[in-house]
Amino acid sequence: MLNLRRHLPWACVAILGAVSLAIVALSRGEAISALWVVAAALCTYLIAYRYYSLFIATQVLGLDPKRQTPAWKFNDGLDYVPTNKHVLYGHHFAAIAGAGPLVGPVLAAQMGYLPGLLWILAGVVFAGAVQDFIVLFISTRRDGRSLGDLVKQEMGTVPGLIALFGAFMIMIIILAVLALIVVKALADSPWGLFTVAATIPVALFMGVYLRYIRPGRIGEVSVIGFVLLMAAIFGGQWVSESPTLAPIFTLTPTTLVWALVGYGFVAASIPVWLLLAPRDYLSTFLKIGTIIALAIGIVIVAPPLKMPALTQFAAGGGPVWAGSLFPFLFITIACGAVSGFHALISSGTTPKLLENETHARYIGYGGMLAESFVAVMALVAASCIEPGVYFAMNSPAALVGKDAATVAQTISTWGFVVTPEMLTQAAADVGEKTILARAGGAPTLAVGMAEILHQVVGGKAMMAFWYHFAILFEALFILTAVDAGTRAGRFMLQDLLGSFVPSMKRTESWVANLVATGLCVATWGYFLYQGVVDPLGGINTLWPLFGIGNQMLAAVALMLGTVVLFKMKKDRYAWVTMAPAAWLLVCTMTAGWLKIFSADPKLGFLAHADKYAAAIAEGKVLAPAKTLDAMWRVVFNDRLDAALCVLFMAVVISVLVYSVKTIRAARSTGKVTAKETASVRLPAGQRA
Amino acid sequence: MRDLAQAGRYLTQSLRLMVGVPDYGTYLAHHQATHPERPAMSYEEFFNERQAARYASRAGKCC
Repeated sequence: MLNLRRHLPWACVAILGAVSLAIVALSRGEAISALWVVAAALCTYLIAYRYYSLFIATQVLGLDPKRQTPAWKFNDGLDYVPTNKHVLYGHHFAAIAGAGPLVGPVLAAQMGYLPGLLWILAGVVFAGAVQDFIVLFISTRRDGRSLGDLVKQEMGTVPGLIALFGAFMIMIIILAVLALIVVKALADSPWGLFTVAATIPVALFMGVYLRYIRPGRIGEVSVIGFVLLMAAIFGGQWVSESPTLAPIFTLTPTTLVWALVGYGFVAASIPVWLLLAPRDYLSTFLKIGTIIALAIGIVIVAPPLKMPALTQFAAGGGPVWAGSLFPFLFITIACGAVSGFHALISSGTTPKLLENETHARYIGYGGMLAESFVAVMALVAASCIEPGVYFAMNSPAALVGKDAATVAQTISTWGFVVTPEMLTQAAADVGEKTILARAGGAPTLAVGMAEILHQVVGGKAMMAFWYHFAILFEALFILTAVDAGTRAGRFMLQDLLGSFVPSMKRTESWVANLVATGLCVATWGYFLYQGVVDPLGGINTLWPLFGIGNQMLAAVALMLGTVVLFKMKKDRYAWVTMAPAAWLLVCTMTAGWLKIFSADPKLGFLAHADKYAAAIAEGKVLAPAKTLDAMWRVVFNDRLDAALCVLFMAVVISVLVYSVKTIRAARSTGKVTAKETASVRLPAGQRA
Repeated sequence: MRDLAQAGRYLTQSLRLMVGVPDYGTYLAHHQATHPERPAMSYEEFFNERQAARYASRAGKCC
C-alpha cells in the first residue's frame, strides 16, 4: 500500500508524458502547440531522473554517502572546496551548456521536429546523462583526475595519449565550426557586426575597472557591462541606418575570417583579466538569463510548431546537411543528447567541488537533463518559424539561388509554400537586408527566439531588437569559447611540442607562447577559411566532422565507464554504459565511413574530390572555384577532411581494442581491479 | 524569511562560481582553521589568483 502511494504521483507524470508524446508523435496535418513538446520532455526527464538515475546510483555504482570526496581530502578553499549541491549544479550547468545544444537541433529540424526530439530525449536518458554521471563518479573516486589521466590509469599510457590527442583535434574542429557560425551570422550584417564588435571595448573597460578601479566587484561590473551591451544593440540599429557607417560594418565572409583569425591571435595573447575574463562574465550571465527567458517565453506564448513532424528530407537529400536519418541525425545533434566534451568537464573542476559522492547523481545526471532541455527549446524555436523561411535561411545559394524570387520558387517546389515577399518581409522584420543562405544555426535560432520573445515583450516593433539580442548572446559566448579554446589548445600544443623542443614548454617565454598561439590559430583558421569558401556552405562539411569527433569522445568516455564497471566486478550492470557506447560506435563509424567513401559527392569527401579532380583533368572550372588553383584547393581540402575522419576513426578503434583487452583481463580474475583511491570515511560533521 | 535569505546567498555563490570565483568566506574560514599562522589573501588578491587559475587550465570550454 505504501509502495503504491509512493509511486502513484510518478505514474501520473508517466501518463502525462506518454499522452504528450503521443500527441507530438501522432498529430499529422495540423500544427500542435510547443507546450506538448515541453511537457513530453519534462515528464521524460522526471521519470528518468527518479527511476533510472536512482538505479544507476544505488545498484550500478553504489554511491557511498560516507566516503570522503576529493573536495574534503584536498580542501584548500580554492580549487578543492566542498560546495553546496545546488550551487555546484549551477556551476556545472554553466560549464557544459554552450553553443552545441543550440545549433545541432536547429540544423536537425530539416527532417521535421520529431526525429530530433526523439533522439534528444532517448539520447540524454540512456547515453548523455549516463556518461556525465559515470565520468563524474569515476573521477571523484580517483582524486578528481582528468579524462586523459583516467584512461591512462585504467587502460594504459598509450590509450591515454590517444584519447588526449583525439580531444585536441576535436577542439580544433570545434573552434573552426564555432567561428564559422559567427561568420555566417555577421557577414553583410552591419547591425550584428557593430553590436558584437562593440563588446570588445566594453569588455576592455570592464577588465580595467575590475583590475584597478573596483577590484573583484563582479556583480557591479556585470550590470554596467550589460547596460552597455543593450546600448550597443541600439547603436547597431543606428549604424545600420547610417549611410556612411553602414558600409564600414558590412563585411564579406572572407574579410570576417581574417578579422576573426587576427582577433583570436591577439585575444589569446593578452592577459586574461583584460579581455577574456570580463567577457566570460557577460557571456555566462547572459547565457543563463537568456535560457531562462526563452523557457518563460515558450510557456507564455505556446507557439504552434509550423514545421511538419517529418519532412521528406528524413530519407536523405536535405539542403542543410547531406545524408539520411541514420546515421547522420545522431551526429548532427551531439550536445543535448550526448556530448563527449562533457567528459572533460565532469573530470575537470566539478569533481573537485563535490561535497558528497551521492550528489554526483543530481549534478552529473541532472545537469545533463537541463542541457537537454536547452536543446529541446532550440528545436522548438526553429520549428515555430515558417518552414519556407527556415529552408531559405539554411540552404546554400548553390542549391536554391541567390535572390528572393528564385529561392522562394525553388523551396515552394519542395512543398514548403513561400513567396519572395515573405522572405523580404522576414528580413525586414528583424532589421536585416537579407536572411538568405545563413546556415549555421545561430541566425535561425535568433529568428525563432525573436518570433517568441517579441510576443512577450515589445511587440512587432521590438522584433529586430530581439533578433540582434539573440545574435549578440550567441556570438558573445562563442567568441569567449574561441579565446579560451585557443588558450587551452596552446597549452596542449606547448606540451606536445615540448617533447621535441624543450624550450617550447616554457609558458613564461613570449616566443614560445606566440609560436604556439600562432600555430593553434592558423590550424582552426585554416578549417574556418575552408568552411567559408565551401560551395555547399561549410556547415555541411565541418558540422559532421565536429559531430563525429564529439560523439567519438563520448564513446571513449562510455568505454572507460564500461571498463571501470567490469573492473569493479559489476559485470551484470555493464550494459548501462555498454549499450550507449555500442550505439555511438555504430553511428559514428557508419557516418565516418559514409563521409569518406560515399559515392554521392554531396556526402562523401573523396567522391567530391574526384568530381573536382575530373573537372580539372578536362580543364573545366566548377563553382564556386574561379581558377584551376582554387579547384586544386577544393580537392586538397576534401582529402584533408577525409584524412581527419580516418584519424578520428583510428582513435576510437584503438581505444575500443584497449578496452576489450582490459575487460578480458578484468574478467579473468576474481578480484576487484578498479584503481580507486583508498576509501576514507567522512567524519560525521562533514556529511551533507 | 531565513530560507529566502539562504536561497539568495546560494544564488550569488552559484553565479560567482559559474565564472570561477569560489566563496571568499569559505576560503577565509578554511585558512583560519588550517594555517592561522600564515596571512590570508585579501579579497582582491584572492580574486586575481582565481581569475588567473581559471584560464590556465588545459580543459577549455564546452562546445
